[in-house]
Amino acid sequence: MAAEELRVVTKFLRERPDDSFTIEAALENGAYTALRKALAMTPEDIVAEVTTSGLRGRGGAGFGTGQKWSFLPKDVFPRYLAVNGDEGEPSTFKDHMLVEGDPHQLIEGVIITAFAIQAHHAFVYLRGEFGLGAERLGKALQEAYDRGFVGKDILGSGYDLEIILHRGAGCYIAGDETGLLSSLEGERAMPRIKPPFPAVQGVYAAPTIVNNVETMSTVPHIINKGGEWYASMGVNRSTGTRIFSVSGNVEKPGNYEIELGTTFRELIYGLAGGVKGGKGLGFFIPGGASAPWLREEHLDAPLDMDSVQSELKTMLGSGAIMVFDETVDPILVAWRLSKFFAHESCGKCTPCREGSGWIEKVLYRMAHGYGRPEDLDLLLGFGNNLAPGLSWPPGMTTICQLGPSTMSPVVSLRNYWYDEIKERLAADAARRGSIEVRAAV
Amino acid sequence: MPFSPSNLETAREILARYPQKKSAVLPLLHLAQDQDGYVTPDAIEEVAALLDLTPALVLGTCSFYTMFKREPVGKLLVSVCTNVSCLVNGGPDLLTHLAHQYADDPDVTVEEVECIAACDLAPVLQVNYEFHGPLTGETAIELIEAYRRGERVARTISGTATNSLKSAGSSGGTA
Repeated sequence: MAAEELRVVTKFLRERPDDSFTIEAALENGAYTALRKALAMTPEDIVAEVTTSGLRGRGGAGFGTGQKWSFLPKDVFPRYLAVNGDEGEPSTFKDHMLVEGDPHQLIEGVIITAFAIQAHHAFVYLRGEFGLGAERLGKALQEAYDRGFVGKDILGSGYDLEIILHRGAGCYIAGDETGLLSSLEGERAMPRIKPPFPAVQGVYAAPTIVNNVETMSTVPHIINKGGEWYASMGVNRSTGTRIFSVSGNVEKPGNYEIELGTTFRELIYGLAGGVKGGKGLGFFIPGGASAPWLREEHLDAPLDMDSVQSELKTMLGSGAIMVFDETVDPILVAWRLSKFFAHESCGKCTPCREGSGWIEKVLYRMAHGYGRPEDLDLLLGFGNNLAPGLSWPPGMTTICQLGPSTMSPVVSLRNYWYDEIKERLAADAARRGSIEVRAAV
Repeated sequence: MPFSPSNLETAREILARYPQKKSAVLPLLHLAQDQDGYVTPDAIEEVAALLDLTPALVLGTCSFYTMFKREPVGKLLVSVCTNVSCLVNGGPDLLTHLAHQYADDPDVTVEEVECIAACDLAPVLQVNYEFHGPLTGETAIELIEAYRRGERVARTISGTATNSLKSAGSSGGTA
């Protein structure tokens, strides 16, 4: 169970927590050396280097970063880069730390990426609630402009780039790739049907690359040390390191950057100190609120994006690991997550708009002693219209992943506690007596 | 209230920064809220006029985002998280405690919010979008009272008053 962090993107902010966000400290640490190197390369070479690294998006979907960049239609300009810093997946707090702790690393990654995809405007869409993050990133951006790292004719290369810090205003679904584009255009953050994919038609209907903050923060390291160096870390097609946000009932909640392929046990027990107060593990959620849950028997599985999906039928998603001890009522957690989804459903697709609200209502009564014996089956019945197949990855009846994700907690209840819950609901009903309030026919 | 002369100038700078000025809806609503404490009906009209949009579209956008308040709130906005990592660390009790404590206090508005991405601090809350945690009912009240006495700097509601947006964009790479 020995485990240690392997720090790449968090190395500097951990070493110099007091001033890692300042330009002086960042330059001492070698910030913007990768930018100089990149500007001497061709955009195609940068894309190839990142493709070699095997880097996959750190926002949740895990799509190959270099591959995504290569989807841009040839010779169509202008192009845009939109950086997704609208971190809202429950219990994920890594981008928050990267923005506050090492804004220059992020800015450098943004400039290199924009150069690689030949964009002259980049937007950093930052979650509205990040007050200090906006302040530090705004200041860092100003410093980068002042020193000629951003703006016209960057470092004499002839390349121009404007970076716009764009603040959100409180909305989970603005963190969806296409929801973010709608929001960036001044509208409700409603996701859009794909295709066309953003790389073909994104913001202002122009080719747009949307990448996560952690992904962007990794790019300078790949340019500095090479794609092969990055690909030498990790496991299988999950190369490199990732930051995992561990929270809930653990002794040492926090962000841990580890080599992919480390096991859940090493992360939860080795680094995060195990379940708080020496209690037993009830269950844990491996990839944010949208991910189906896991239990004790899955602790020795490796953090490998592909095997977690193919074998454990869940996902590493945004890298949020929520740990719950044996005393926590899983129905209560399922209800709270469903309340989140009902609150954040944008209302565009009927199954999600209606379904998320009904799931919340039924789980509420189940968690609070008013459940009916048939409630779990009721949820699984109509929920099959939201997440067809009730497995992972789910079928889709909505434009974005929020819809089927609303069923992940319910599917997890079924997977691990079906009989127990049926008994509990029957006991609750018996305790309340036979009085049932029904609408008059 | 309409934008003050200096805020109107800032608004024009912001909208000029975007390839298409419609993108400035969110930043201008933040600016209006910073000025007035909430987004007034006048602000909706003015933002729409500045961006050549209909007030209906601006209102539609405004009402979609939880940070935009369309009614006055207290000088201190206390946002308490009750999502799952806070749920199992006392978030709901913290919310109930504070909501009860400040129920009749016009200066302090307590609201329940979804995960605010600081779960290592659970139970966590924000005072005018500054993070604090982990807190108990007692330490939270001490904190809020310190803000009220001015011992901590409470920024404006939407937290954009640092004007970092303005300085970043307007320098335009002249270095």
